[in-house]
Amino acid sequence: MSDFVSDFWNLYVIVIVVGSILACVVLLIVQGKATFTPGKTMGHVWDGDLEEYNNPMPKWWTWMFVITVVFAFVYLALYPGLGNFKGMLGWTSVGQHKAEVEKADAAAKPLFDKYLAMDLKAVAGDKQAMEMGKRLYLTYCMQCHGADARGAKGFPNLADNDWQWGGEPEQVVATIAAGRMGVMPPHPQLGAETIKDLANFVRSLSGLPGDSVRAAKGKEAFVAAGCLGCHGPEGKGNIAMGAPNLTDKVWLYGSSEATIIETITNGRQNKMPAWKEFLGDGKVHVLSAYVLSLSQGAK
Amino acid sequence: MSGTQTTYNDKVVRQFAVMTVIWGIVGMLVGVIIAAQLVWPELNIGPWLHFGRLRPLHTNAVIFAFGGCALFATSYWVVQRTSHVRLWGGPLIPFTFWGWQLIIVLAAITLPLGITSGKEYAELEWPIDILITLVWVSYAVVFFGTVAVRKVAHIYVANWFFGAFIIAVALLHLGNSMAMPVSLTKSYSVYAGVQDAMIQWWYGHNAVGFFLTAGFLGMMYYFVPKQAGRPVYSYRLSVVHFWALIFTYMWAGPHHLHYTALPDWTQSVGMIFSLILLAPSWGGMINGIMTLSGAWHKLRDDPVLKFLITSLSFYGMSTFEGPMMSIKTVNALSHYTDWTVGHVHSGALGWVAMVSIGSIYYLLPRLFGKTEMYSTKLVTTHFWIATIGTVLYIASMWIAGVMQGLMWRAINPDGTLAYSFVESVKGSYPFWAIRWLGGVLFLGGMLIMAYNMFKTMAGGKTEDVPVLAPAGHHA
Repeated sequence: MSDFVSDFWNLYVIVIVVGSILACVVLLIVQGKATFTPGKTMGHVWDGDLEEYNNPMPKWWTWMFVITVVFAFVYLALYPGLGNFKGMLGWTSVGQHKAEVEKADAAAKPLFDKYLAMDLKAVAGDKQAMEMGKRLYLTYCMQCHGADARGAKGFPNLADNDWQWGGEPEQVVATIAAGRMGVMPPHPQLGAETIKDLANFVRSLSGLPGDSVRAAKGKEAFVAAGCLGCHGPEGKGNIAMGAPNLTDKVWLYGSSEATIIETITNGRQNKMPAWKEFLGDGKVHVLSAYVLSLSQGAK
Repeated sequence: MSGTQTTYNDKVVRQFAVMTVIWGIVGMLVGVIIAAQLVWPELNIGPWLHFGRLRPLHTNAVIFAFGGCALFATSYWVVQRTSHVRLWGGPLIPFTFWGWQLIIVLAAITLPLGITSGKEYAELEWPIDILITLVWVSYAVVFFGTVAVRKVAHIYVANWFFGAFIIAVALLHLGNSMAMPVSLTKSYSVYAGVQDAMIQWWYGHNAVGFFLTAGFLGMMYYFVPKQAGRPVYSYRLSVVHFWALIFTYMWAGPHHLHYTALPDWTQSVGMIFSLILLAPSWGGMINGIMTLSGAWHKLRDDPVLKFLITSLSFYGMSTFEGPMMSIKTVNALSHYTDWTVGHVHSGALGWVAMVSIGSIYYLLPRLFGKTEMYSTKLVTTHFWIATIGTVLYIASMWIAGVMQGLMWRAINPDGTLAYSFVESVKGSYPFWAIRWLGGVLFLGGMLIMAYNMFKTMAGGKTEDVPVLAPAGHHA
């Protein structure tokens, strides 16, 4: 893609860059031709005693200047710099990055290929694979799910045994590879009273204390408002669409009445990014096994 | 001149000189606090005293309050002495002093409150930016007005540098601060995306080039030959390095944006001009240090000269390091690490602060009718403490920076990163502690300077000095 809408600007850049470097050379040549009288002053005096010697510029300094100018021209011939001229080496920063990534990927490929051929549960039991998985996790996942994988508000805890989108190996792989979009639609049309009833009912599902009269009214509203469409008639959720189980004690956004009211009123939108294209199948495989291993032994 | 003799306007020089020391202490104290916050994170108290808000306060205070006052003081002194006239500009002169102080106070209030435009070294919001513009234009009128009414034909080299600094900073400030205000305390840059980044670093790098280099070279060109009692080494060298310096500096900004969305050609142009900049930068160092040839013995017992010459050594070192760091492959290691912080401080402490301190030590006794500072011994003590502090600071940041760069790029056989970010943070702690100690020493030196200054001021006379007639003229 071109940086400019008109080729004129490439010419503009080239002329100014070359002209500017040449200007430095001209300055050196013209000033170097002055008549010098080493050890004698220029004959001007300021503030009583301020004078200047008419010494020549040090030779080594002039040569240093010249060398940097020569380097500049050589560099501009080899690398991009003069507008749209790509340089004789054809180097680009994007190309350098791609080459480095490809080299690293090629070097690591046999390692990942070995695990890709193995069953996910077997990978989860492999010590070396889990060390690799942990490093992958600490590089790509911990920003949201935390260094200890216990998550945060809006970011699921991966160290427990609750799975919003399913905990079978292929489901975990699908979550990491393709990402997930979780949407709880907003329901302000239900009105504040009904929403409060619903919140009390939802709390009662996991045994949290609340207003039992409101909870009873909420139970009716749960059916009438269509909540059961996603969360199921018993509120046990649906992993096919990532609708959370409301009867367990796992809360992605919080269990207080106020938070639940906020969730029902305004809805929630959440996104797990897709990693397949960026990481490739091998890394996704090892990472999935690592995430599965995190919940082994969890309640 | 009829009857009364014209005198120099030293009142404004006196004001700026004293405030240089005061703001120096304030700015460096904030620096010591944020250095401590990195070692002891518990010191981040509330939103107002958090690192994120104090850091811009530190940079603004040391660059524009300390450095700015030093430049005002010395340029006003130098332009009068080398033009052989009283400072020109009437009421604009006190306006530059009080206006600049008001800007500093506003910065000290708004930055901790979180009012910021988010542009590095240009964080102040638009109403303050307008005030800066007014003060700066007044400064230009006073400075160039004085040069215009000079009594000597030739303009002394120090004034070329001061003049270039004043013009370029005006240009940079206006270019980079263009913004759409949405309220009294919030505005948005008119530039977007990578253009905004490029404009920001065109500004940022030239703030270093013109505010922190050209301006202070102006200082050097007066106070080094004065204190050494020797003519400037080479007039021709000053001509060449002046024009080459102010010309090539303008191009160097893109080296702050290596390996970013900035087009490759722009990065290359920034890099090659940064390398060409090496010789023009060194021209100033050579001219300053060689001015001393034949008078090296003066270094032994003159602490003011020690400050000035050491500052030139640090200047030479950091202007060598800068071009090296602009090379893409070196930058790939150094960028975003503490190496950059070390590089900046070898320039900031070693060059800018030391040349200012030396110049202010030269000025203080002369401004208060004394022949020398209250205690020359304390000046020597200050010199050694400041030098040790600077070396500790730079060396610790070099080690930390290279370590961070190597840790961030290290990978395992499986292609994953060998270290998580937080491991490099953990590894940096000892060096951050040493850096803090270096900062404490440098601040300690400034406190000694303040004591020495107030003792020198006590009982001092602030009489106006008559303007010296130009050489070859007889009044």
